[in-house]
Amino acid sequence: MSLILVESVEKKYEDKVVLNKINLEINQGEIFGLLGPSGAGKTTMIRLLTGQISATAGKITVFDKEVGKLNGTEKKQFGIMMDQFGLYERLSCYDNLKLFADIYGIKKEQIIQTLRAVGLEKAVKTPAMNLSKGMRHRLQLARVFMTNPKILFLDEPTSGLDPATSEEIHRLLLHKKEMGYLIFLTTHNMGEAEKLCDHIALLNEGKIVEYGQPQEICRKYNHQKKIRIRLKNGEELEYENSRDSAAKIEQLFQEQSIETIHSTEPNLETVFMERTGRRFE
Amino acid sequence: MNNMKAIFCKQAKDTMKNKAVLIQFLMFPVISIIMNQTIKVDNLPEGYFIRMFAVMYIGMAPIIAMSSIIAEEREKNTLRVLLMSNVKPGEYLLGTGTYVWIMCMLGAICMGIVGGYRGTDLMNFLILMAVGFIISILLGASIGGFCKNQMVANSMMVPAMLILAFVPMMATFNTTIEKYGQILYSQQIQLFISHINDGKMEMKNYVITGINMVIVLITFVVAYRKNGLDE
Repeated sequence: MSLILVESVEKKYEDKVVLNKINLEINQGEIFGLLGPSGAGKTTMIRLLTGQISATAGKITVFDKEVGKLNGTEKKQFGIMMDQFGLYERLSCYDNLKLFADIYGIKKEQIIQTLRAVGLEKAVKTPAMNLSKGMRHRLQLARVFMTNPKILFLDEPTSGLDPATSEEIHRLLLHKKEMGYLIFLTTHNMGEAEKLCDHIALLNEGKIVEYGQPQEICRKYNHQKKIRIRLKNGEELEYENSRDSAAKIEQLFQEQSIETIHSTEPNLETVFMERTGRRFE
Repeated sequence: MNNMKAIFCKQAKDTMKNKAVLIQFLMFPVISIIMNQTIKVDNLPEGYFIRMFAVMYIGMAPIIAMSSIIAEEREKNTLRVLLMSNVKPGEYLLGTGTYVWIMCMLGAICMGIVGGYRGTDLMNFLILMAVGFIISILLGASIGGFCKNQMVANSMMVPAMLILAFVPMMATFNTTIEKYGQILYSQQIQLFISHINDGKMEMKNYVITGINMVIVLITFVVAYRKNGLDE
């Protein structure tokens, strides 16, 4: 079931085109990744989808309704975490969530449950100003998760975090996906997108240059179609992915000299470079 | 109503840990009470310090508190989170404004009692303070609405509060300042307070206070029409 439908959307600031003819369709229970370098228009896209700003042209439909016409109850089904969204620094983790629990009519017990779910149960009384960056991210996620939204909009949810914390957040997001949430995330971390997303769009200078399942996109750009083998003695070999190579590879298997074996399909970063001629930064 | 109550409760908790705002609510009542109780000078009218500091309280505390709170929320983008959570700008402003007003009124009650006002006089004193606080809260909210961060808010609020708080005090020593200061609501409220016992106020005092309120209201509307609460 399609929860978000974006049709020929454009966003201009004066004469500058920030987003150009964007088309997307995102279904319930899916993690969708919008990937692009800084300044590509990712945050603008989230702001459009959540009704914070209006599109210059085109149509955005969420819950089968134009986003500008969503009422308060429908907008309460959005969970939005944006990099620039702040916390109440002097208030404890509990009190930061309590405010939103009061606004959404959520019971107090759920605050503690949510803090436990994001691993902040020991920081219940800690003021936000004393939290590490990773803990702040988790508190922001807790604020989003607590309200049980149908759609999560996450702007660079793991930006600047250490691998362990990023891993923890990935685990939480995959769990939410299993629960049927639609998660729309922006990232410039290709590995994260490959790991989490069911579908992605590569955004460059306001245009979508590629769209689809991450593995499918990588396969599509696998022009070399080779097999790369690293032997136990450190030597690296490349073979054509063809019947002719089968005997040679089989022999290496029988000699038990293979350490690793990979296909040479590109990763998303390589695809992006091929499509745009620029690196992800 | 529910959202307003949530904002009010959040503000109450936050202010307890925000010394810059908390001190505004306490400073004038505490200083005026101490001075009223300790300084005894011949021919000094009863409650002189209370009256003087009451007007300074009106001209400073609500403006600083309101503009600081709004500017900080805008700067740290917590206001945007609230608005995205379907809190309406009016609910936010009412919740915050009500909190600031109640805190100021608590200080005013202490000042009124220590200043020797009783019965109807105390009621009149509190009504005057309440009106003064409302005008100042609107002015503080307007300043907060025009400013994107606390630094800009500070640079705008300081001249406003210096004029509103100190001109009425200096007017008691200088006739020229008194003459021009009459256009300020804070000075009019000082005159009202001075005449609580005898009720000798003229229509022009009410008109000037009313005009001040209208001007501040227009400023408030312009601030939020132009910028919204979070633009």
